[in-house]
Amino acid sequence: MTPLTRVEGAHPVPRPQRASTSLSTTGVVLVLTLLALYMLVPVYWLLVSATKSQHDLVTTPGLLPAAWHLGDNLSALFTAQDGVYGRWLLNSLAYAGAGACTATLLAAMAGYGLAKYRFPGRETVFSVVLGGVLVPATALALPLFLLFAKINTTNTFWSMFLPNVVSPFGVYLARIFAEASVPDEVVEAARMDGAGELRIFRSIAVRMMAPALVTVFLFQFVVIWNNFLLPLVMLQDEHLYPVTLGLFTWQSQTSRLPELQTLTLVGALVSVLPIIVTFLLLQRYWRAGLTAGAVKS
Amino acid sequence: MTATLAPPAAARRPRLRAHAAPAGFLLPFLVPFTLFTLVPVGFAFWQSLHATRRSGGTFGRTESVFAGLDQYARVLSAPYFADSMLRVAAFAVVQIPVMLALATGLALLLDSAAARLRSFFRLVYFVPYGIPGVVAALMWAFLYDPRLSPIVHLLHSIGIDAAFLTPAGVLWSIGNVVTWTYTGYNMLVLYSALQAVPRDVCEAAKVDGAGQWAIALRIKLPMILPALVLTTVFSLIGTFQLFTEPQVFRQISTSVSSTFTPNLAAYSLTAGDRYGEAAAMSVLLASATFVLSFAFLRLTTRRQGRP
Repeated sequence: MTPLTRVEGAHPVPRPQRASTSLSTTGVVLVLTLLALYMLVPVYWLLVSATKSQHDLVTTPGLLPAAWHLGDNLSALFTAQDGVYGRWLLNSLAYAGAGACTATLLAAMAGYGLAKYRFPGRETVFSVVLGGVLVPATALALPLFLLFAKINTTNTFWSMFLPNVVSPFGVYLARIFAEASVPDEVVEAARMDGAGELRIFRSIAVRMMAPALVTVFLFQFVVIWNNFLLPLVMLQDEHLYPVTLGLFTWQSQTSRLPELQTLTLVGALVSVLPIIVTFLLLQRYWRAGLTAGAVKS
Repeated sequence: MTATLAPPAAARRPRLRAHAAPAGFLLPFLVPFTLFTLVPVGFAFWQSLHATRRSGGTFGRTESVFAGLDQYARVLSAPYFADSMLRVAAFAVVQIPVMLALATGLALLLDSAAARLRSFFRLVYFVPYGIPGVVAALMWAFLYDPRLSPIVHLLHSIGIDAAFLTPAGVLWSIGNVVTWTYTGYNMLVLYSALQAVPRDVCEAAKVDGAGQWAIALRIKLPMILPALVLTTVFSLIGTFQLFTEPQVFRQISTSVSSTFTPNLAAYSLTAGDRYGEAAAMSVLLASATFVLSFAFLRLTTRRQGRP
């Protein structure tokens, strides 16, 4: 900042600022609050509805609480159809956890390799990977299904796990962060001391890239957790469903079995909680990821 | 950046070794990347040029026969192609500007709000993005359902008969779900870009007598244009891929046909074992998305006067 712009009070402001500022502040808060309501009222409705019995859900006003049935609903949720809901939650955790861990490791290695070594074809490889960012997951799901069908591996854990270990966006982020946060001097010094390439990566680079790697993990975790088309085409066995697909099948049966409405709502709420908690705890990291995508290029 | 290393101590180590290390780091990614991204894309292309034919009656073996561009001709002349493409195009023309205008407005407002308010509202607006698309769609499906919806009841009590699930309305009801889910995400991207606007430029403008509006429109907005272009391209890609929301809404509304969006059409064709046609549809959709995003990027970067 230059000294000139610092002395705010020294320049007389040409018009009465104070009154208009406080007025516009109220306006700003008002608009911000209205939109906050738009974002939160549906969530609030979901919370309230999850505490109602099926009967009250249909008969009482939607936004007002009725008799408290959350406990009953939760136990109904986890016991319905031999506890299949718990199974779905665990499946989601397994797909997203294992997939995101592997994807982060592979992306870290590839990003580091692209950032710290010079070899023929490096930029070509990077361009192809970047092209992969532009291929939407939905465009891949159908051909993936047909390919897995050829080797009879649809409807397995692997058909959900393997396609998700690839995160081109993760490689892109890892490369940027490796370039920015792992100095060449450090790598060179470690080499002089006789450390092998893998050892340098494992004990030095990974630590320096750690915040970026948390970002990559989070993004891939959310991508897998939210994925819908891939499980929809890959899986037929209800016991392999992730929670999103499970809820979808429940909702599709509500016209025949209205009591599934409550279960779907409570199940939706419970399925959202882990993600929201993770997001809140690790805010700093996903924001870093967003900024890297938006500004640095 | 001059960060690239020369091959590690080239004089000491053999050439092979210098190439072995990057290969060791890259292959664990490149192998699955090839198998699960490049191969499926190539397979879709291959398949779009073939037709399945059954030899020897209903129970005979199926075989793939080269069909040239037949599948493309079939897709292009089918009514579902133009219908679904036009539908998502209309969606893009209306929903994306509304969402991004909201996101930009919010980002600018937040940027000028008090610090304590900022972090609170930023968090609130981001909540919907944390909710998986299927769950968001399920929730809104309930909120549109005339038997359950507090919104329908509320509107009814003030004399408006809201019909969210009619053939004319359902596309915009889906638009609302998408807006609700992604406004906060886009706002955060734009807000992050705003943080990079040098404060002293705004201060200088203020000293020169520029009001908040002028600063927002003349200084901040042009400076976050790259981020705005980026969010538009991502939104375009997302819109043309629209699948989850219409698929969920199909359960509660007969207004959503099995070929409502291009992706839904491709899915339905696959479910009906019309693989070649589905592949041709996917390839056409991907090409359209790519051309559109690319054209938009070129157009906007040219206007900005830099590559």
